[in-house]
Amino acid sequence: MSSEPVRAIEAVWGIESPRLIAALTRVVRDVGLAEEFAQDAFVSALSQWPGEGIPRNPGAWLMSVAKRRAIDYFRRAQTAEGKYRLLGHEVQTEESEDTIFAALDDDCIPDDLLRLMFVACHPVLSVEARVALTLRLLGGLSTTEIARAFLSSEPAIAQRIVRAKRSLAEARVPFEVPAAAQRAERLTSVLEVIYLIFNEGYSASSGDDIIRPGLMQEALRLGRVLAELAPQEGEVHGLVALMELQSSRARARIGPSGEHVLLLEQDRARWDQMCAR
Amino acid sequence: MRFLVMVKANKEWDGELPTAAMGAFNEALIRDGVMLAAEGLQPSSKGARISYANAHPVVTDGPFAESKELIAGFWIIQARSKEELIERFSRCPFERGETIEIRQIFEAEDFAEIDEATVNRLARARDVREAAEAPNAKP
Repeated sequence: MSSEPVRAIEAVWGIESPRLIAALTRVVRDVGLAEEFAQDAFVSALSQWPGEGIPRNPGAWLMSVAKRRAIDYFRRAQTAEGKYRLLGHEVQTEESEDTIFAALDDDCIPDDLLRLMFVACHPVLSVEARVALTLRLLGGLSTTEIARAFLSSEPAIAQRIVRAKRSLAEARVPFEVPAAAQRAERLTSVLEVIYLIFNEGYSASSGDDIIRPGLMQEALRLGRVLAELAPQEGEVHGLVALMELQSSRARARIGPSGEHVLLLEQDRARWDQMCAR
Repeated sequence: MRFLVMVKANKEWDGELPTAAMGAFNEALIRDGVMLAAEGLQPSSKGARISYANAHPVVTDGPFAESKELIAGFWIIQARSKEELIERFSRCPFERGETIEIRQIFEAEDFAEIDEATVNRLARARDVREAAEAPNAKP
């Protein structure tokens, strides 16, 4: 298999995986399982698409494969235990199983993505775990990419993500947008994670390149996604504006030999006018 | 990374509204947080070209004769790779012979490997320019 179709398929994964995982989580109620089914579908795509070409609606294709995997999984569990608890609901008949998975025929609803953000940034997790899980589930980044961005080892990041998913399952974190009473606090946690990702790119304290713009751009993208999902939250818009302003100056922050340049000494002509306006 | 996506149409847009399919396409770009800008351009009869063959710029008012290469609109899109951008725009609902051209925008990191001689040359050029612009410079 040449690498070109593989890179195209990876690009599809980057675009589709967050919504795929979000919709699957709504049904299977477990982020870890949802991600597993989504990845099974991705593996199928890697084996089929290079020959057949990328389907017209790759998101729907991936979803239908992931859905089949999920149904198989729960059927096997049923055979093993005779009776099983599916998705926290008791499921006795074929019919109700079909009803539950029929929900996956619809596209991911916007709320799913918002719920996934709240889950990935849940306070039950350490801040590092929230950051890694957010990049993985909502950014569609691979463990390798996250490890490279955070100058960490791949096994360490993989371990962090596995533990995070286990903690969420153990704490029985519900897949929901938090109710009004907790909403502010939970939203702060999400904003914190986005800003940490941005900051890691903005002021990376180690490594050769002082700015790792990929992380800044990803944080900005996540901020814009969140602003679309929760447009009534002023703080989200505030954070996006702050990140835009800071990134507009990013180019002027680094001098010719890679040194930091303080704000007052920066050449304003190097600010990115499109971000700053 | 950022990309400029230019639409080259064989017929100029004359104020008709985007189709519902194009609206949905754009909404998906907004929803995914990757759209930085998107604009449609008015007919070239309202534009002009300035060419700089000699020291004196030559202005030609629109409309421009060759109709295949007319830029009808553009997007600026954030993407992680050219592949991602191509994947996104292969879903773009054009169907009247339009062509889109994808160009990557230079970012700060693209200049990271600039050598010191170039930096000095650029700095000198800027000093000269600033000196010339200074109020006490001779006209």
